[in-house]
Amino acid sequence: MTIAVRLSRALAGEAGSPVDLVVDAGGGPVTLREVLTDVSRQAPAVGRRVRDETGAIRRHVNVFVDDEECRRLAGLETLVPPGAVVSIIGAVSGG
Amino acid sequence: MQIAIGTRKGLWAAERSDGGWAVSQPLKHMAEFSSVAFVPRGDGERPRLVVGARSWFWGPSVLTSDDGGGTWSDPQAGAIAFPEDAGAALERVWTLEPDPYEAGVVWAGCEPHSLWRSSDGGESFTLNEALWDHPHRADWQPGAGGPAVHTIRPRADGSMLIAMSTGGVYRSEDKVGGWTPANRGIRVEFSPDEYPEYGQCVHRIAIDAIDQTRVFAQNHGGVYRSDDSGDSWQPIMEGLPADFGFVVLTHPSQAGTAWVVPISTDTMLPPSGQLRLWRTDDSGATWREVGSGLPDEFYGTVLRDAAHIAQIDGSTVIAFGTRNGSVYASVDEGETFEEVASRLPDVLSVRVGA
Repeated sequence: MTIAVRLSRALAGEAGSPVDLVVDAGGGPVTLREVLTDVSRQAPAVGRRVRDETGAIRRHVNVFVDDEECRRLAGLETLVPPGAVVSIIGAVSGG
Repeated sequence: MQIAIGTRKGLWAAERSDGGWAVSQPLKHMAEFSSVAFVPRGDGERPRLVVGARSWFWGPSVLTSDDGGGTWSDPQAGAIAFPEDAGAALERVWTLEPDPYEAGVVWAGCEPHSLWRSSDGGESFTLNEALWDHPHRADWQPGAGGPAVHTIRPRADGSMLIAMSTGGVYRSEDKVGGWTPANRGIRVEFSPDEYPEYGQCVHRIAIDAIDQTRVFAQNHGGVYRSDDSGDSWQPIMEGLPADFGFVVLTHPSQAGTAWVVPISTDTMLPPSGQLRLWRTDDSGATWREVGSGLPDEFYGTVLRDAAHIAQIDGSTVIAFGTRNGSVYASVDEGETFEEVASRLPDVLSVRVGA
């Protein structure tokens, strides 16, 4: 079973990555941390733009598990079930 | 002759042609460019442009371009990244300094307080662990802009001075370790102990062109000179209209010659709104105002990395940018300036290149 990871076009363009990535979930739910670690392995240029060197999600980056931003769930410990969609999108900030 | 201009919101370049300056369209958008540098390459080759960028969303990067900003390289894993066991994340690349004594070596001063070395012209950097593990680290505090190593000054004898806010000046004899504070005589205004061993908010230092034991410092309050590589400092601000500022430049080939850009502490703006440089030719004994062509009624400041001096094509060129988006350049050692650009975002970093 797999988890779909969908990048905003801005992030994909910045990192030179496809918009859609796929993470193998094995037999069951995996943590969001594991999902993002696999994203970093597949596409380091994406990984470092989503999380800093300490592993924290960057302040102005939102990571949704299906329709909920992970900070409203259990953050990096949020369990992501197979078949879920993880969306990584820049926050509505800046200007 | 060209000028790289890093701003809060984009990167520009200006090229000298027909006795004037032509400013490019933005070379990069959607990030601040807090540091820029021209790294010399082989004879006849265009210098490499290295820039420290920070996207508001996606964090910091170091980018390189060998074609003047037409195309860029950005390593997948990032040119500067703290090792996992450091427990820290790069916030901003405050300064990029090509080492004039080691071909291909570029130094980076970063936030949090850290020094990095590249031996491949800025493509990848290694953390200076001796400074990172320095026992004084816990005492270094953030200046208003953040906790950073912001000035890097390699010397011909293989030693190097750096400056940080706060922390002050440190010196290493081999550019690797043994980082020793070098602040005696520099006064602080924000501590009961006015003359601590370290902890000063030294805004910028510059090395004399001929006698490299002579160092000039623009402090957070006060301009100073050292004649012994920073072991001791003497105030030299008498004759200046204000003793605050961020910039000190030394002449690339003439002894005892330096410039500062005074800022009034009453307004944090140029004194009387007159944007000027002040020059000394006698190591700070006397100063004179220079900068014909620079504006009156000007309400912007010049940040430390936004001023540069270099000898290009037989001219001593000074260029600087301001927080309200102007860039000025002089090809006659600062006597007269032309406006290169205006109405840019606030200028964070300026470098002159061939």
